[in-house]
Amino acid sequence: MSTENTIPCRKMFTDTLLELAKKDKDILAVTTDARGSVTLDSFAKELPAQFVELGIAEQNAVGVGAGLASAGKKPYVCGPACFYVARSLEQVKVDVAYSQNNVKILGVSGGVSYGALGFSHHSLHDIAVLRTFPGMEVALPCDIYQTKKLVEFLVNHPNPVYIRVGRNAVPNVYESIDCPFEFGKANTLLQGTDLTIIGTGETVWHCLQAGRKLAELGIHARVLDMHTLKPFDKEAVVKAAAETGRILTVEEHSIYGGLGSAVAEIVVQENPVPMRILGIPDENVLHGTALEIFHYYGIDAEGIAKAALELLQK
Amino acid sequence: MTQIASGEVKKLKLQAEEIRRSLLQIVYSAKAGHIGGSLSSVEVETALYFHVLNVDPSNPLDPERDRFILSKGHSVEAYYAVLAAKGFISKELLDTYGHFGSTLAGHPTKKVPGIELNSGALGHGLSVGVGLAIAARMDKKSFKTFVLMGDGEQGEGSIYEAAMSASHYKLGNLVAIIDRNTLQISGLTEVVMSLEPMRARWEAFGWQVFDVQGNDMEDLVKTFDAFDYENDKPKLIISHTTKGNGISYMEKVAKWHHGVPDEAQYQQALQEIDARINALK
Repeated sequence: MSTENTIPCRKMFTDTLLELAKKDKDILAVTTDARGSVTLDSFAKELPAQFVELGIAEQNAVGVGAGLASAGKKPYVCGPACFYVARSLEQVKVDVAYSQNNVKILGVSGGVSYGALGFSHHSLHDIAVLRTFPGMEVALPCDIYQTKKLVEFLVNHPNPVYIRVGRNAVPNVYESIDCPFEFGKANTLLQGTDLTIIGTGETVWHCLQAGRKLAELGIHARVLDMHTLKPFDKEAVVKAAAETGRILTVEEHSIYGGLGSAVAEIVVQENPVPMRILGIPDENVLHGTALEIFHYYGIDAEGIAKAALELLQK
Repeated sequence: MTQIASGEVKKLKLQAEEIRRSLLQIVYSAKAGHIGGSLSSVEVETALYFHVLNVDPSNPLDPERDRFILSKGHSVEAYYAVLAAKGFISKELLDTYGHFGSTLAGHPTKKVPGIELNSGALGHGLSVGVGLAIAARMDKKSFKTFVLMGDGEQGEGSIYEAAMSASHYKLGNLVAIIDRNTLQISGLTEVVMSLEPMRARWEAFGWQVFDVQGNDMEDLVKTFDAFDYENDKPKLIISHTTKGNGISYMEKVAKWHHGVPDEAQYQQALQEIDARINALK
């Protein structure tokens, strides 16, 4: 199976949204001088009446999104993840989550996508923060096919959701648009009983590669794609703990408060088993490409396989 | 432009005083509340709900309704009293304010019929109003959006992002109101952080600005009645008011930003309000 792909998930997201918006005039794209970064040029050109440009003003954009939603529109407020989950966080908290306005926040170039641009442009806290807001849902699709499925789901989903995608094209995890997708339910990519590796977003492909490397060594890892961080698939984690006895989590996010924490919260209360949380440690990330950063912090296939072997010694 | 009869202005004045009495009772009974800014905004909210807004308590989610957002969410006692007087909520519900588990929180929430947005964090309402006004224009609907802000709230930078976008999108169907009572929690706004020249600032952002005596019902009604909501200018009312208006010992005293009168103060306040109510009846 070829995993080659040249389309970034953000492009798949906006292309899919554009096609759906042509059939539903209430679907709107809202942005903050980020039509290029988000890949909204075609949307703006083809559906100018459904495109709202607000200039570099994320707080206003989220508030305006809430107002549009309050009047029955389906706004997608789109821009770099780093700004939407920091500068406009209070608007996300109060106007969107607390007020339950049907706003979708699309955070592009999330995590360390903007690796070389530095910490100001990283968003390594988004899962941690947003999953504590009652009424806010969080999803990190792992490839273009899943992204398309997610958008098709979102346009008919009435709740506020934050979606994070990366900047660059990433290898395909799934073979086609017919991939299984149920919001809030993890996908099992590899069956196994020796340990479970759980990834989300861009780390999923690396988890899968690590699982395959381990299989060559005779170690059978279960690999889960946790595309939805909230609502969280507790059942999949409980089963993984009971059936595989060890869990390794991998995320492009701070090791505090993200996927690893969400899994650990369940594991320690339901069935304590040895765990390891891979992610970005509590330090200012070195500057480099996303893949260099993944490698340095051990969240690529090589680092994941190594951590899995260490966890099996516990 | 409609000409309002003097009898109707008198009725609105009476309504405002009854709302003032009601909000005083809420604060006294709950032993909590932001009374000063509630008192200053009574007339403007009364004018809106009893003269300007197209809203129907029996159909609070009518898509065609006018929208009102209380961006200065802490002045919620006046808002609850107005919603009860208008029939959105029962007068009995008002008595639960400040009690554990009450639907009536210390800041507005959508759990209460008639309330459009959970507010309380300052500097949010105008952006939401811009979104509502853009949606109305997109769908060619005639509903108008009104956002009431505090003057201290004008320190929040997000307001100016919203102001910019409202004139960019030519939202003549959007009205912002600043309750210009000149006091914020720490003292005079001009001492805490200068807000003047307020009119020139908003005009520079492309807004039509109206200076109004905001505790004067006649002036408020005349101003609202003259609005052309079809034009391409968002409108700002600088509503010059007195903080604590209508209760003599609270007027222009910063400490009554929030505060609860004691028994003697409560009785005095009731007497002052009742005297005006009787004079208007």
